[in-house]
Amino acid sequence: MTPDPKFSKLVVFVNSLVPLVLLLWDAAHKRMGANPLEFATRTTGMLTLVFLLISLAVTPARKLTGWQWLGKHRRMLGLFAFFYGFLHLMTYVWFDKFFNLKAAGLDILNRPFIAVGMAAFFIMIPLAVTSTNKMVKRLGGKRWNRLHKTAYVAAALGALHYYMLVKADTRLPLTLAAVLGILLGYRLFINYIQPKPPVRLLAPRR
Amino acid sequence: MVIKKPAGIKSSEITDKKVYLNRRLFMRGAALAGSALATGWLYRSLNAPPQPPRANAKIENVLKPQPTFEVPAVNEKLTPLESITTYNNFYEFDTNKGGVASAAADFVTRPWSVSVEGLVNKPKVFDIDELLGLAPQEERIYRFRCVEGWSMVIPWDGFPLSKLLEAVEPQSNAKYVAFQTLYDPKRMPNQSTGILDWPYVEGLRMDEAMHPLTILATGIYGEVLPPQDGAPIRLVVPWKYGFKSIKSIVKIKLVETEPPTTWNIAAPDEYGFYSNVNPQVNHPRWSQAREQRIGEFSKRPTLMFNGYAEQVAHLYDGMDLRKYY
Repeated sequence: MTPDPKFSKLVVFVNSLVPLVLLLWDAAHKRMGANPLEFATRTTGMLTLVFLLISLAVTPARKLTGWQWLGKHRRMLGLFAFFYGFLHLMTYVWFDKFFNLKAAGLDILNRPFIAVGMAAFFIMIPLAVTSTNKMVKRLGGKRWNRLHKTAYVAAALGALHYYMLVKADTRLPLTLAAVLGILLGYRLFINYIQPKPPVRLLAPRR
Repeated sequence: MVIKKPAGIKSSEITDKKVYLNRRLFMRGAALAGSALATGWLYRSLNAPPQPPRANAKIENVLKPQPTFEVPAVNEKLTPLESITTYNNFYEFDTNKGGVASAAADFVTRPWSVSVEGLVNKPKVFDIDELLGLAPQEERIYRFRCVEGWSMVIPWDGFPLSKLLEAVEPQSNAKYVAFQTLYDPKRMPNQSTGILDWPYVEGLRMDEAMHPLTILATGIYGEVLPPQDGAPIRLVVPWKYGFKSIKSIVKIKLVETEPPTTWNIAAPDEYGFYSNVNPQVNHPRWSQAREQRIGEFSKRPTLMFNGYAEQVAHLYDGMDLRKYY
């Protein structure tokens, strides 16, 4: 089964925007509760982590199901993770700090979980920048792949950032971390532990 | 040999290209809309906006005393009742502040009794209505500062804790007051998890407990305290971070040594026994210099002792507040 790539990309794009549309709807109708800023920050942060996990789930899902077309959606999902991460950072820098960069700088020093979250975001910037076909060609597949493995680090720092800010109820952050662990563990298994099939040097004769 | 022509499909039976394309378009539209609806439903069920609160019964004959030096006026805008009753930290019900009100909606607070015991001459188990008759209910407008960095201005109804303590006659060796929340996992569902050490316990030094600012609250805005805010009776200590103001109290015990407190047990380097509001002492994970007043857009500076320094600073003379945070 190979769906029309243009249409399936549209489905992914529209569905990825649904949470943002509903969040803006809630904001416009003052339905974000007593602390709207916190609601928006929490929601966009959670969406960032969810999209990071979904984008990291694409390759395992593709390998397990054999549906090669799944791979075509990885880039867009990763870019949505970056997009929601950007909105998350904006709720902090714009609303929380009013672009007071000195206060934000002090905050990074005083609040380690903010430093960790910032690091995760900055790691995602070069990945977003090099996400175009042109950049893949320019860097070459091997180098591009190596660079984009830092997405694992971004996701791990994101999960750590969430774990660090929670006061006592660590169930949700630990669940997200466990999902990430499974996704990364799968890669470890495939690449290093599972015996590889022998490389065929010649095409099999019939 | 006759070769029969295959029964041809009449040109009139061939689906018109336009119809075929329309059907495809329709199917795709349905797939797109259906998936978007499913995603929207999933998002809504995982991240539901808080529900508006239920109405509460009025409290009769609440006194509105004039401000004094010991109980000063707070000339700041009151936080709306809806915010006070839909944005709560009450981990016994839900760790999501927007979800406490609905999780606690059916919490029954009658019958209810509070045992006052320990180093007192007249230990007694008070029925809640007897306790409410101990002193006139009066309005107390206080700033409320949560350790998480948000704050409110709340018109509580209640009476000074000192009235209750005087009634049971503390003995001279009573140095601290220990408080305990109800423990009943059937009625407080999160108590069946290990998020915190249940039951929730808190404590005050005797002079803090006897201070005129320290009250037992039974209402907000002249209405009976709703479950999510600590019904039927809770402590309010306005110069300390909110978690010190323990909710749904069933036991008050006067003791000689500093009692254990729940958040201190959970993370000793983050939450001290005193936990006085202090903008100069950062929480290890966040600054305490400023606060988000609920209902305001920008942040405001946090005041020493939450603005009650004139009333309470002398209680801590000679103490290093960095050490005793």
